[in-house]
Amino acid sequence: MLYDLKLSIAYRYGGMVLTGRHLLHLWPLDLPVVQSVTGQVLTVSPEPAERSGFRDFFGNWTSEVVFSEAHQRFEASLTARVERHMKPRPQLVSANLETMPNILSGIRNLTPDSPLHFLGTTPRIRPNFVLQDYVRDLVPLDASTRHVVHRLGERLHEEMTFDPSATSVDTRHEDAFAARKGVCQDFSHIMIAALRSVGIPSGYVSGCLRTEPPPGKPRLEGADAMHAWVRAWCGPELGWIEYDPTNACEVATNHIVIAYGRDYSDVSPVKGVLKSASGQAGSQAVDVVPVEQETQDAVLG
Amino acid sequence: MSRPRKAAEETLFRLLALYKPVPGVPDELLDADGRIRPVWQNFISHLSEHDPDMLRQMFSRGDAYLRNSGVFLRQYTEDRATERPWPLSHIPVLIDAKEWEDISGSLKQRADLLEAVAADLYGPNQLVADGALPGRLIAQSPEWIRSLVGVKPRGGYHLNFVAFEISRGPDGRWWVLNDRTQAPSGAGYALETRVATSRIFAEHYADAKVHRLSGFFSEFRTALLNMRTSQDAHVAILTPGPFSETYFEQSYIARYLGLLLVEGEDLTVQQGKVFVRTVSGLQPVDVLWRRLDTLYADPLELDEASQIGTAGLVGAVRRSNVSVVNALGAGILESRALLAFLPRISRRLAGKPLEIPNIATWWCGQPAEREHVVSRLENMLIGPALSTRQMFDPDESTIMGSQLRRQGVDFAKRLIDTEGELLVGQETVSFSTSPAWVGDALVPRPMSLRVFMVRTADGWCVMPGGFARIGIETNSNVLSMQAGSSVADVWIVSDEPVDTVTRLASGQAKAPRAKQGALPSKAAENLYWLARYMERAEGFTRLNRARHERLAEAASPQSPLLVHLTRYCTFIGLDTQVSIPPALEGTIRSALRAAESVRDRLSPDGWAAINQLSDRLDDALAHNVAPGDGAAQEMGVLLRQSSAFTGLLQDNMYRFTEWRFLSLGRSLERLMSLSSALASFLADDAPLGSLDLALEYADSSISHRRRYGFQPSRPSVAELTALDELNPRSLIFHLRELEMQMHPLADLMKADGSGELLGDCTALREAFEALSPEDIDSVYLAGFRNKVAAISDSLTRIFMS
Repeated sequence: MLYDLKLSIAYRYGGMVLTGRHLLHLWPLDLPVVQSVTGQVLTVSPEPAERSGFRDFFGNWTSEVVFSEAHQRFEASLTARVERHMKPRPQLVSANLETMPNILSGIRNLTPDSPLHFLGTTPRIRPNFVLQDYVRDLVPLDASTRHVVHRLGERLHEEMTFDPSATSVDTRHEDAFAARKGVCQDFSHIMIAALRSVGIPSGYVSGCLRTEPPPGKPRLEGADAMHAWVRAWCGPELGWIEYDPTNACEVATNHIVIAYGRDYSDVSPVKGVLKSASGQAGSQAVDVVPVEQETQDAVLG
Repeated sequence: MSRPRKAAEETLFRLLALYKPVPGVPDELLDADGRIRPVWQNFISHLSEHDPDMLRQMFSRGDAYLRNSGVFLRQYTEDRATERPWPLSHIPVLIDAKEWEDISGSLKQRADLLEAVAADLYGPNQLVADGALPGRLIAQSPEWIRSLVGVKPRGGYHLNFVAFEISRGPDGRWWVLNDRTQAPSGAGYALETRVATSRIFAEHYADAKVHRLSGFFSEFRTALLNMRTSQDAHVAILTPGPFSETYFEQSYIARYLGLLLVEGEDLTVQQGKVFVRTVSGLQPVDVLWRRLDTLYADPLELDEASQIGTAGLVGAVRRSNVSVVNALGAGILESRALLAFLPRISRRLAGKPLEIPNIATWWCGQPAEREHVVSRLENMLIGPALSTRQMFDPDESTIMGSQLRRQGVDFAKRLIDTEGELLVGQETVSFSTSPAWVGDALVPRPMSLRVFMVRTADGWCVMPGGFARIGIETNSNVLSMQAGSSVADVWIVSDEPVDTVTRLASGQAKAPRAKQGALPSKAAENLYWLARYMERAEGFTRLNRARHERLAEAASPQSPLLVHLTRYCTFIGLDTQVSIPPALEGTIRSALRAAESVRDRLSPDGWAAINQLSDRLDDALAHNVAPGDGAAQEMGVLLRQSSAFTGLLQDNMYRFTEWRFLSLGRSLERLMSLSSALASFLADDAPLGSLDLALEYADSSISHRRRYGFQPSRPSVAELTALDELNPRSLIFHLRELEMQMHPLADLMKADGSGELLGDCTALREAFEALSPEDIDSVYLAGFRNKVAAISDSLTRIFMS
């Protein structure tokens, strides 16, 4: 699928802000086989005093912008053309839940894709016994990890209510889970914490969804803003799979990946230190439109 | 033979009567046969020349030195910080120079090994690939900073200043208890402890062949300055701020080394380079000796919640624009679990075993290790694997195997089974003992040493000394300073005479020079407010004293003068219901806080003086001073105490930018408070006695008597307190002072708007000089006060933001 992606994110402050320094995670990733990006442009207003970029540890493109003059709002907009391919999936076997600890103790690398980064506690994730029991009630002890991912994702989707008014960007996953309410960030954090609680390495993916569904399909939840889903490591053979608990589906060509991290804190679209006590309000607009192509086959996941 | 010798033998006997080392535990003073070890002999015979009374007197010299230098131990209980006297153990720990050389050599090897591990963890990660370190452990550590993986420190090294905590095991060999690589503290304490101890034993120390510490600090300073890429850039010490437990030490060492002490918010990163905000604009900073843990250093890329960091610092490091000592991320080396793997890593990387072993440690993330720990639980301390605290600083997260009862054992085993990856077991060790003076005799106490080293152009340089922690019980394996142990000096004693050149005098010619003359905006602001608060406190005190004197004398509290005075006090926020108004107390506390933030710029005497003021205030508050005469007397005492401090400030401070800000603060505050008070006391409807009050408030009664006689009149009081340029308490005097201090600031600082500000001062002064005493009335004074307030606002905006 070929898409035109438009993404803009704006902050408005209650008063003048003297300076600002932000890290932006907005560039879609180039992923071999799965996703290729062309013609991307990021505009920032007001004009920043400094602008630079680097790749972070997990390989995400990070832009750094510095505002040195007083401003009351700022906006970052990205346009890009992104092609999503259906990853050919031969019948790979996912590891068994019981064998996971042994597999993991044998892993001897800390490269960005290493499952070792995606276990245990990270700034926004705290594995716990409640979630461990929750998963164990769903699947047998020797379930395949891919089955665990699907079963858990489906269950969360059934039990949770998508409710943007129930949580904020700072809500703890324990609270969102107790209320069984939240948005994609909460769904994802709960699922990551649950997977890690049973020893499955799991991380956070930020990205965007196709805005309008293909004819005859329902609109995906979370398409109007930046989206988030989960990646889980299912053993050395199958490797990483991506699952969207908000929509209860494995990720295919309707999702565009922007950044990978351990949790939201690694990939938040705008990070920044603001010298302002006056509060701030953010707004987002996302548009992911298929490019008309006669030869295009709409392959859906 | 002679009587003195016999007397000395008797004191020696008395001295050691209670000195009974624990069997099987090595003792520093006595060998296994109970003989005094050679290295201690001179010292002990010096001790035995003094009876307990004399020794007590000598010890008090050391205590007095520390007290007067403002060395305290800051402790945190619940949410409150308290300071208590520095717990000096008066008897130093003596170590033979030859043994020290061995220790130093092995610790250098260890420092090199740690450097290699850091280079690998932030580089190729070969240790993990080879299975020498479990990847899980590293990936779980909050101190392994992913954004710095692949970033080589600018100078090439992760470690430039490290410390080790070591102790002597049962077989007499030394052990490393713990590596300090994050932001080692204590070098300044070592220095202060040395000064105190050398005062105690002044007669002996001079010829005792004890290695001096100054050479080490001179090397350290040179090493830091040589890390600069430009002579014009600053080397700064980055502090977590005055609330840090070791802030005193940081400010002390900043003063001793002559380096800038900055907080995160003093720094700014622009175009990827680090600058310090000073009153004369941004100045480049090239080297930071950080006393701040990595995670706090940059809220943008590290801990988002940090309020004491500098946004963009990691970016500056990534671009190789600043050297940070030790490199950000070096704290990973302090993880307890690393001790379990270092022996193997040493063989792998250095091709030989550790020359000085570390305390035996097992990571419970591996089945065999887990079993070992469980099977020997009673000899183990169990604690968090990734913690960087040493096990001997026990907290609620440490389990002592030997103290577990039945159910506890089961719990510990279950914990190790389920959360092994997060736990380590460490063998409990006994420490060697060393003499401490308790009661009137020497007793053996457990001891560990902290050793410091700095990387120089010629390799690691070890401080010949350090400090020793001395436990409180003979049989203790817990040595925590917070838990009540004390600190002793460490003497490295040589056979041969030692180089006794003191301080930084040696090699002065070749020593690089630090860039001078930067006053960080925040320090300027603190100095300015220190002066203002002190001046304000003085005004409050005078006013309060005047009121309580009148109260004591007056027939009725309803006398017109008292009513007028009470109304004025209320108007400026001075509560008249209590003897010591909260506003006065608050102002003195604020002054103390401001002083604390610029402690590196105050003399020890100045620091002592303001603390005495604060102590006196505490006393007064605790004693419920009665209104009237009692309160007036108390105000008199506080007034003299605060004058002692302001006098020291005025007299001792080098007449440079710092002093100008103090001076500006004092003049501005005085102009505002005096004009306000005069507006009230010179008012047309002011009751009889108000003019005397005005003179008293302006501390000008005696001058008035000399110049005008006893009877004050409105013109005479107005002339003396407002227009008399020879009266250091008059408005015109301070207007001139203001202009005089502003001149060089405006000239040299060239900050935006400073020219206009100077113009405003000049205009105000010229207009004021044209006045006659009759013009000085309430209306004029109120307008005048507003103009001064506007100048004060501009000053803050231009120089201190």
